[in-house]
Amino acid sequence: MRNIFILVRKEFLQIFRNRQLLPFMTVLPVIQVILLTFAANYEIKNLRLGIWDLDQSTSAQQLIHKFTGAKFFQEKALISNQKKADELLMKDEVDLVLVIPKDFEKAIHSSNNPAIQFQINALNNAKAGIVQNYASAITQDFLNEKRGNSTLLASPKIIPITNYWYNPTLNYKTIMLPGIVAEVMTLIIILICALNVVREREIGTIEQLNVTPLKKHEFILGKLIPFWVIGHFIFWAGIALGKIFFNIPMVGSLGLLELFLAIFLFVPLGIGLFISTAVETQQQALFTSFFFIILFILMCGLFTPVETMPDWAQYINQLNPLKYFVEVNRLILLKGSGLKEIYPFIAKMIIYGIGINLLAIWRFKKTN
Amino acid sequence: MKKFYAFVQKEFYHIFRDTRTMMILFALPVALVIIFGYALNNDYKNIPIGVLNQSKDQTSEKLINRIIGSGYFVVEKSLEKPQDIPSAFKLGKIKLVLYFPAHFQKELYHSKKAQVQLIADASDINTAINTTSYLSGIINEFNAENAREINGGIQISTRMIFNQRLLSVYLFIPGVIALILLIISALLTSVTLAREKEMGTLELLSISPISPYMIIIGKVIPYLILSLLNSFVIILLGIFIFGLPMTGSISLLIMACFVYTVASLSLGILISTRVETQQAAMFASLVTLMMPTMLLSGFIFPIESLPLPLQVISNIIPATHFIVLIKSIMIKGAGITVIWKPFIILIGMTSLFLFVSIQSLKRNN
Amino acid sequence: MEPVVKVENLSKKFGEFIATNAISFEVNKGEIFGFLGANGAGKTTAMRMLSGLLTPSSGQAFVAGFDVATQAELVKKNIGYMSQKFSLYEDLTIQENIEFYGGIYGLSRQEIKDRSKGIVDKFQLASVKNKLVKTIPLGWKQKLAFALALIHKPKVVFLDEPTGGVDPITRRQFWDLIYEAANDGVTIFITTHYMDEAEYCDRVSIMVDGLIKALGTPSELKKSFDVDSMDAVFQLLARGTANK
Repeated sequence: MRNIFILVRKEFLQIFRNRQLLPFMTVLPVIQVILLTFAANYEIKNLRLGIWDLDQSTSAQQLIHKFTGAKFFQEKALISNQKKADELLMKDEVDLVLVIPKDFEKAIHSSNNPAIQFQINALNNAKAGIVQNYASAITQDFLNEKRGNSTLLASPKIIPITNYWYNPTLNYKTIMLPGIVAEVMTLIIILICALNVVREREIGTIEQLNVTPLKKHEFILGKLIPFWVIGHFIFWAGIALGKIFFNIPMVGSLGLLELFLAIFLFVPLGIGLFISTAVETQQQALFTSFFFIILFILMCGLFTPVETMPDWAQYINQLNPLKYFVEVNRLILLKGSGLKEIYPFIAKMIIYGIGINLLAIWRFKKTN
Repeated sequence: MKKFYAFVQKEFYHIFRDTRTMMILFALPVALVIIFGYALNNDYKNIPIGVLNQSKDQTSEKLINRIIGSGYFVVEKSLEKPQDIPSAFKLGKIKLVLYFPAHFQKELYHSKKAQVQLIADASDINTAINTTSYLSGIINEFNAENAREINGGIQISTRMIFNQRLLSVYLFIPGVIALILLIISALLTSVTLAREKEMGTLELLSISPISPYMIIIGKVIPYLILSLLNSFVIILLGIFIFGLPMTGSISLLIMACFVYTVASLSLGILISTRVETQQAAMFASLVTLMMPTMLLSGFIFPIESLPLPLQVISNIIPATHFIVLIKSIMIKGAGITVIWKPFIILIGMTSLFLFVSIQSLKRNN
Repeated sequence: MEPVVKVENLSKKFGEFIATNAISFEVNKGEIFGFLGANGAGKTTAMRMLSGLLTPSSGQAFVAGFDVATQAELVKKNIGYMSQKFSLYEDLTIQENIEFYGGIYGLSRQEIKDRSKGIVDKFQLASVKNKLVKTIPLGWKQKLAFALALIHKPKVVFLDEPTGGVDPITRRQFWDLIYEAANDGVTIFITTHYMDEAEYCDRVSIMVDGLIKALGTPSELKKSFDVDSMDAVFQLLARGTANK
C-alpha cells in the first residue's frame, strides 16, 4: 500500500510539473468537448432549390410556391436547361432541382397522371433520402389540395403518430455531449498510459525499479491510479460544463454513472498498458494507440448506427469499450435506467477490465 | 546540393529500415479504410422494434407483416401493455415500439381513420428519425394500396445525381481518407522532428554545412513520399473494394493528394516548432487534430448545419477542402475550373504553416 | 570469510545463443570486484542475472545469501543497482528522487529524512536539492545515482559502466566514493570499459564469449600474462579469440 502511494505521488509530481503536457490532458479536452458539441447536428434545413419550370402554368406556379413556402427549402436558382442544372449540381450550389415538364397543368385537369422529376444531389446519401421525403410529401400535399380530399376520405386511412421519447425536441447536443466526453477521455487515457510506460522504459527508470523490491502489481497500480483520477476529472468537468452550456438531462442516478465510470476506466488504462508492452518506441506506441482510438471512436454508435454494421464488424465491436459507454450514457442520463438495467454493462466492463489488465501484466513480465 | 542529396538518402535508410514502423504505417491505414468502408454506413436494416398490439385484428396483423417484410425491421419483443414500454426502452434492446391501441380496426372502419403510434427511443436520434420515417413511408404505402389511389397520384421520378444507389461509402470513404492521411502525415513529421529536438540531434546537425531549412526539408521528403504512397494505396482500395468511381482526371487527383499531403506535413512541422518533447507533439497532433477533423470537416456532420463560428473553423481545417476535392474529382468528375478554390486554399494554408514555422525557428536561433 | 556473491556454473541461453556459459566465481564482503569484457561478451547478462532481472537457464548463484532464481525478491532487498543511464527521474528534484527511492525500499519517514540529510551534506547538494535533476551537471547526477543505489544500505551494489561519459577528474572522484563504500563493508560489483579503472579493483574477471577467461588481482593477472598493464592483458585475451 505504501509503495503504491509513493508511486502515485511521484506520478502526480511529474504530471503537474509538465507544463506543456498538462493542458493537453486537462483543460483542452474539456474545451474541445464543448466546442465540438456545438457541431453535433445532422439537422437538414435550408435546402437549396433549383427550379426548372417547362410548363409556366398556374399549377406549376402553385407547386413552386408550395415548395418555397415550406420551411426546408429556399429558392436558389431558376434553371432553363439541363446544362445549367448539371452545372449547379456540380458546383454544389443546389441540393434539389425540381423539374416541371410541359403539359403538367393539362395532366392535372385530365385523367392523365401528371409527372414531375426531382434531380437530387445524392453525394450524401442520408441527406438525399431526406430531401426526397420532404419533396414527395410537399408534392402529395399539393395534389390533395388541388383535387380535393374526397377520394382520400372515402378509403380508411391509418395515421402514424410519432412520439419521440426521452428527447422529444430531438436535441442532438444532449446526446452528443456525454458521448464526446467519453470519447475524448478514452483517447487521452489510452494515449498517456501507453506513452508513459514506454517512456519510462526508454529512459531506463523501469529497469531501475525492477531491481528494487517493488512488486509488479504495485508498479502497475501506481501507474493506473493517477490516470484513473485524470479520467475522472475530464469526464465530470465535461459533464458539468455540458449541464451549464447545454442543460443536458440527467434523469438517472449520477452515482450509478460514477460507478460505471470507475470500473470502465480500467479498460482504456489496460489497453494503454497492453500497447506499451507490445511496442518498442513512443512513436510505435502512438500509432498503435491511434489505430485503436480511431476504431473505437468511429464505431461506438455515436455518429453512425451500430445496428447497420455487418455482423463481423458488430462482433469485433463487442471489444469496443466506447460502444458500452455511449449506451450507458443514454440509458442513465436520458432514460433513467437503474442498476437493474445497467448491471450487464458493469459486469462486462469488470470482465473486460480484468482480462485486458491481466494480459498486460502477463506481457509485462515477459518483456522484462 | 550533393550534400543535401546524401543527407536525404541517409534519412531514407533510417525510415525504411525500421520495418516495424513501416509495417505500422502501411498496414494501419489499409486496415482502417477496409474496416470503416464496411462498417460505417447508415443503410438501416434489421432494426429491432417492439410491437404492442392491443387490437389484435386482421388489419394490424397485416400491417405488421408488411413491416417485417420490408427487411428494415425485426420484431424483437411483443409487449402486453403500455406500462411495459419504459422498461423495454430502459433495457436498450429495442429502438421503437409500434403501438396499436384497442379497437384499432373498429375505429378504422367506423371513422375511416385510426391512429397507430410510433414511439421511438430518441436517445438515439438518428435511428429514431430514420426508423419513424421508414415506418411512416411503409404505412402510407399500405394506405395507398388499400385505397387503390396510387393511380390518382403524381408520378414522381427521382434522379439521384452522382450516387444513384445511395451508397454511404460515397459519404464516408473520402472522409476516412482525409482523416487518416492528415493524422499520419502530421503526426509523423511532428513527432520525428520533436524527437530530434529531444535527443539534441537537431542541434548537432545545425552546425553541419547544410542549412537548417534544408535539414527540415530533408527530414520531411521521405515522409512526403511515404504519405503519398499511402494516399494512393488508400484511394485504390476505395475504388477497387468499395466501388468509388473515378470519373475525373487522374492527374488532378494526384495533384490534390500532393497538395493535401504537403499541407499536412507542414502542419506537422509547425507543431514540432511549438513543442519540446515527443509526447507534447503527440498530444498536440492527436488531441487537437483528430476530433476536430472528424467532426468539423464535413466527414460526419454536414458543414451547412454547423453554427456559423464552427463553419469558420471548419474552413481552416485542411481536411474540409481535401474532402471537397476528392468528392468533386472522383465522384463528380469536376474539372479545375470548378475546384480551383480548394486548391488555392490548401496551398495558402501550406505557405502560412511554413511561414510561421520559419519565424519560430528563426526566433529560436 | 563467507562470500557475499557465490556463482556456480551459471548459464543463460537465449534460444541457441549462449550468452553466459557456466561461469563460477566468488566475491567477498567489502571487495571491489571488476567485471570486464568486450561488448557482447556476456557480462551484462551475468550482472542482470545476479540482480534478479533475468532468470538463469542453469547453474546457481547466491547473492547476500539468497538464491537469485528462487529468492529474487529477497535478493532485491539487499542489493543496489546503478546503470550508465543513471536512472533518475529528470523531472523530479534531487530531494524528490531521494524520497521516492527511499520510499520504494521501504525506509521509514525518519530514515528517509536522516539519509537524505546525509546524502545532501556529503555531496554538498544543499543549494541544489530542490532543483530538477535535468538541470544539474552529469557528474552530480552520477554521484546522486550512486548515493541512491546505497540508500537502503545494501550488502552488494552492482555498478553497470557507471562512469560512462564523464571526465577523468570526475571519474577519479567517483572512485573515491566507491572506496569509501567498500571500506564501510559494502561489496562492489562493477563493470567497466576503462582499463585504468580495472587497476583500481581488488580483483578482476575478464569475460570472453560467455566464459571467464581470467580471474585474479590486477597484479596477478599482469604477472601471469607477463605484461605491465591491464589494458595489455585485455588486448591479449580479446585478440586471442579474434584469431580463433
